[in-house]
Amino acid sequence: MSWIGQGADRAGKIAWMVALALLVIAPFVGVYPIFISQALCFAIFAMAFNLLLGYTGLLSFGHAAFFGGAAYVTAWLLQEKHFTPELALLGGVAVAGLTGLVFGAIAIRRQGIYFAMVTLALAYMLSFFFLEASFTGGENGIQGIERGKLFGLFSLEGDLAMYFFVLAIFVAVFLFVLRVVHSPYGQVLKAIRENEPRAISLGYNVDRYKLLAFVLSASLAGLGGALKVLVLHLATLQDVRWEQSGEVILMTLLGGLGTFAGPVVGAFIVVGLQNFLSDRAGSWTGVIIGCIFVACVVAFRKGVVGELQAWHKRRQPKA
Amino acid sequence: MTEVFGIPIQALFGQLMLGLVNGSFYAMLSLGLAVIFGLLGVVNFAHGALYMLGAYVAWFSMDRWGVSYWWALLLGPLVVGAVGAVIERTLLKRLYKLDPLYGLLLTFGLALIIQGVFQQFYGSSGQDYSSPDALQGATNLGFMVLPNYRGWVILVSLVVCFGTWFLIERTQLGALLRAGTENPALVQAFGVNVPLMVTLTYAGGAALAGLAGVLAAPVIQVSPLMGSNLIIVVFAVVVIGGMGSIIGSIVTGLVLGLLEGLTRVFYPEASNVVVFFIMAIVLMVRPAGLFGKEK
Repeated sequence: MSWIGQGADRAGKIAWMVALALLVIAPFVGVYPIFISQALCFAIFAMAFNLLLGYTGLLSFGHAAFFGGAAYVTAWLLQEKHFTPELALLGGVAVAGLTGLVFGAIAIRRQGIYFAMVTLALAYMLSFFFLEASFTGGENGIQGIERGKLFGLFSLEGDLAMYFFVLAIFVAVFLFVLRVVHSPYGQVLKAIRENEPRAISLGYNVDRYKLLAFVLSASLAGLGGALKVLVLHLATLQDVRWEQSGEVILMTLLGGLGTFAGPVVGAFIVVGLQNFLSDRAGSWTGVIIGCIFVACVVAFRKGVVGELQAWHKRRQPKA
Repeated sequence: MTEVFGIPIQALFGQLMLGLVNGSFYAMLSLGLAVIFGLLGVVNFAHGALYMLGAYVAWFSMDRWGVSYWWALLLGPLVVGAVGAVIERTLLKRLYKLDPLYGLLLTFGLALIIQGVFQQFYGSSGQDYSSPDALQGATNLGFMVLPNYRGWVILVSLVVCFGTWFLIERTQLGALLRAGTENPALVQAFGVNVPLMVTLTYAGGAALAGLAGVLAAPVIQVSPLMGSNLIIVVFAVVVIGGMGSIIGSIVTGLVLGLLEGLTRVFYPEASNVVVFFIMAIVLMVRPAGLFGKEK
């Protein structure tokens, strides 16, 4: 069952095709398209995050800055500047990437635990900016955003059209991340994760590799946030807050750190859980999420996909 | 009235004093973080939640049983320290062989839980807690008027911080602690109960946060979110100072509080973020932090 982890071999391809087929028919068999669209946006966010933590070994505690920052920019471009959706998305992604370049350049000066604290602090600083800035609507955020017409031609106002647009982008991001992870560049990232001093002594400019990984991850996280604006018609302060940064960590951890499918699985679980709990548990949701976090760290560190892989390995020890 | 750069000197000293009060809290919290990190290798994200817990112990015991501020000063750290000991014994203990990032993630989850439970009971609005009669009013120092309670906070925090420093750097117990930081296995071999020492250290760090919470209760509104924003500023303080040095974390905390106060005088819009700017500059110039040693 290595396909779950790697996604590149033949069995993997079949499994992913099945998953894709399920996603294509899902809205026609009664699954609420907005829900899966939202889950897919978070799946993109979590894949972006996993590129950094799972494959490069850098724990960013500030990824909400890119997710929420891009959301604000996209919302503003759509509502105030009347951009078409694809240009608004690009604008959001570009701003997220640039923010990632600045934050990354500062944060990669430290490793491990300090890297996490630095990214957290920088993202917190940015959330102050978004709270105070005039275009973000303060505590209320930007609401009632119209999705507009893709390329000025295809209306995205229908939830089904929106869903397939999100699905198409998700597949593109998926293939892109797959390509990155399996490229020589991705191999160097893994080498850095495993043993940074050795990567340095082999002559790799480690800081450059890390910075590029950070910018890539920030841009993709931004894409997830920007898409979410289209899906839900709003951008709020919640998207840039540190709780959001924590949530994407939880998705990745719960799904399986460093596995390819993990973040996607984790995103669906967390978004599904939140939807399920919001009616039933109300304001206890945060506490429950916290409990899952603690349980994951203490007893379930491999995550869903990681556990499946381990189980598979135990079943065929010689394979 | 005397002015400095067009600012009345009274206002300048007033803001500096406020900055020093904030700095006192930064110092106490970053000190606790540094002590815990030193021995446990855990960056305690729950520190802000424990600080909030301390403030609520003071408020709740006053509100419910009429416990005075002075007893709360004792009760707060004890309760929070006990909570800390339970957290260490039941949860953190399982993570010591792993990457330190897991400790950060675990305590992050704990912070979410503690904060969420308090929000459930008290909403997001604040509760008022008045300072004790003996510390109300203000003293005219000639160049400025010092509210007595704020002076008290600065005094207590200085005594506690340097007391902790003395305990760790100058006593037998502190020597054991430092040895445990360097090489726990060897210290254990000499017959010291290292697991107990670890538990007490975490409880001690938590108690410091609890004490800071009680001290803060009369100065700010007691609310479930009071710790969650503070902890991020304290993280920035810790990055600036480096977690390697006890005295470093105290000095950095106080100085950054003062700098924040100065910013509030000359450029108020930036006062919320000045610490983060300083952090970015320090990372560029001296990545290991002002007092840190790069491994």
